[in-house]
Amino acid sequence: MISHRARFLSVGITAAVLAATLAACSSSSSGGKSHNKKPILIGASLSQSGQFSADGQAFKRGYELWAKDQNAAGGLLGRQIHLTFLNDNSSPTTATTNYQTLINVKHVDLTIGPFSSLLTAPSATVAHRYNYALVEGAGGAPSVFATKLNNVFDVSLPVAASLLPMINWVASLPASKRPATAAFPTSNDPFTQPQVQFAKQKLTALGVKSVYYKVFPEEPTQIKGIADQVAAKKAAIVVLGATAIPTVSGFTQAFIQAHYNPKVFIATAGPDQGAAYLKAVGHYNNDGVMVPNAWFGGSPNPQSKEMVADYIAKYHGTASGVNADVAEAYSVGQVLTQAVEATHSISNAKIIAYLHQGVTLQSVQGPVRFNALGENLAATAFVFQWQKNNFVQVLPPGTGSVAVEFPKAPWGM
Amino acid sequence: MAQFLQAVVDGVLGGAVYALMAAGLTLIFGVMDIINIAQGILVVLAAYLSYALSVHLHIDPLLGLLITVPAMFVLGVAIEWAFMRRLRGRERVAMSLLVSYAVAVIIEGALYQAFGSTPVGYLPSYAIKSVHIFGFYLPYIYLIGFGLAAAALAAIYLMLYRTKFGRSVRATMQDKVAARLVGINVDRVAALTFGIGVAVTAAGGMVFGATNTFNPDSGYDLISRLLSIVILGGLGSIAGALVAALFMVTAEEIVNIWQPTWATAVYYAVLVIVLLVRPTGLLGKREARAQ
Repeated sequence: MISHRARFLSVGITAAVLAATLAACSSSSSGGKSHNKKPILIGASLSQSGQFSADGQAFKRGYELWAKDQNAAGGLLGRQIHLTFLNDNSSPTTATTNYQTLINVKHVDLTIGPFSSLLTAPSATVAHRYNYALVEGAGGAPSVFATKLNNVFDVSLPVAASLLPMINWVASLPASKRPATAAFPTSNDPFTQPQVQFAKQKLTALGVKSVYYKVFPEEPTQIKGIADQVAAKKAAIVVLGATAIPTVSGFTQAFIQAHYNPKVFIATAGPDQGAAYLKAVGHYNNDGVMVPNAWFGGSPNPQSKEMVADYIAKYHGTASGVNADVAEAYSVGQVLTQAVEATHSISNAKIIAYLHQGVTLQSVQGPVRFNALGENLAATAFVFQWQKNNFVQVLPPGTGSVAVEFPKAPWGM
Repeated sequence: MAQFLQAVVDGVLGGAVYALMAAGLTLIFGVMDIINIAQGILVVLAAYLSYALSVHLHIDPLLGLLITVPAMFVLGVAIEWAFMRRLRGRERVAMSLLVSYAVAVIIEGALYQAFGSTPVGYLPSYAIKSVHIFGFYLPYIYLIGFGLAAAALAAIYLMLYRTKFGRSVRATMQDKVAARLVGINVDRVAALTFGIGVAVTAAGGMVFGATNTFNPDSGYDLISRLLSIVILGGLGSIAGALVAALFMVTAEEIVNIWQPTWATAVYYAVLVIVLLVRPTGLLGKREARAQ
């Protein structure tokens, strides 16, 4: 008995020590040909493994694409850009350590954000401690701005009200066509929960009955059981709070198995990841699935068209296959470029002060103008939908949108 | 009530898949006293093999088991020969953790190189189709997983208790020195057992890949669950792994109905409570494990 307990204990302790040894690995990439002037070092913590690895890879591509384009145009202040990335394994703790390393050990001149609000909030605190600006593209949750740090600037859409176009569209439907019930499963993440809670509050106010609301840990092994519970409710609308593709694909598979096809299926993230999303759910199980965002590969924005062309030239694929994370990261670089050029400096204090002046900047995602909290007030919320393997803008109506596929097509089309 | 029954159905079907993935882990520990931390990544590797056969060679994943099972068997024998056989002495169990962790890291790195970090999946028709019985939709892939689990566990049981090789395995489980003295080639038994354990994982990996989107990181989430299943069932007990997997996954699914955020905590709370009452696990036999 004792020996078995001791063995179990030793196994447990050793396993814990092993788990603790998981460490971040680093990589760096040069922005282009060397010049005589010392390059500007820009650092970021990115998820190259773990839950957000697909997003992290896309962000890395976006940052690298921006650096390549900017270096080709002469760099920043005549100096080449050198990017340094550290892998955070999708862990907030590792992300904070990485930013300390970037600032104190790597001595980067500027920092740019990681992927997800979950990692951005603690990372911004570290950057603030050292008076660094943190321009970021994937930290739009209220929790990022709740601490009221003056150094964080999110170039993307604030997430809290990102589902508003979908809610307004439901409100615009005649009573006879308006879905009567909705289910609201959401992962326990600062990015997803505020969006889903907002949608629940607004839709129920419109008279749509909430038949399911549960917060779940985003672990793939639990998805099927939760999706089956949702399917059993037969809600007309499913608003899924997801941060990553596996959650959306898990729900999709379980819905198909349960012969359940909601009239509206919208996820907070996942379907915006282009080819990676299609790879996970298949080319026949995406029709009608929606996602809120501020950008899509077919955006008419000239800067966006140029970036998409660059991206396809380098990585191949189609415009619909370009991950929205690429545009978010690229926008970070563009905003940083404009701040550096406007201040003629890489002084973080000057950049912070400039970005707080209420100036309107331009990015591939559209205009950027920050409020005192660092939220982008100029961003416009759109809703996109997969229609016959094309990712198209459907909401708000007009302004380049095509008609919403409603009710969504059956699975397997 | 319908929700509760749905959770039980999901728990039983999902639990069988976990038992299939955990069978190799408990078999290997039973014979060799090795905690194979690499089991999680081996499941993922098997899923990637099925993915590669399905997507690139258009071979149905189920049919592909004719290729992946022997391939994983050979890999298992190679891992035992290259890494595990070298472990000697009193610290063997603890050292096996480190060595198998190193194996896991090597395989994970190779998978990153080969497939990248973007999650992938494969959806053969039976992964999305289901049969409607008594008001419940039972996905074919889970029924296949249940069948494979039953077949694999029965085959392991028959091998252990109805064959000459099984007698050698059991003798090795009870006392390696005595087994060696009566002429059993303990090294050969260990290599074959490790190979069989990893080969069974091929089936678990195929079902895992058809029911989940995965990337090389997916092994970490798996190994913690697989370890807790084999510890709860009783290290070395095949039947224990089945009972523990069904019990724990069903408990988790039932908790999901009320409070999904508590489901994982309950999963591990059950493990701790059972071990406090019965430190050898549900079906573990201390005497059989004494070396």
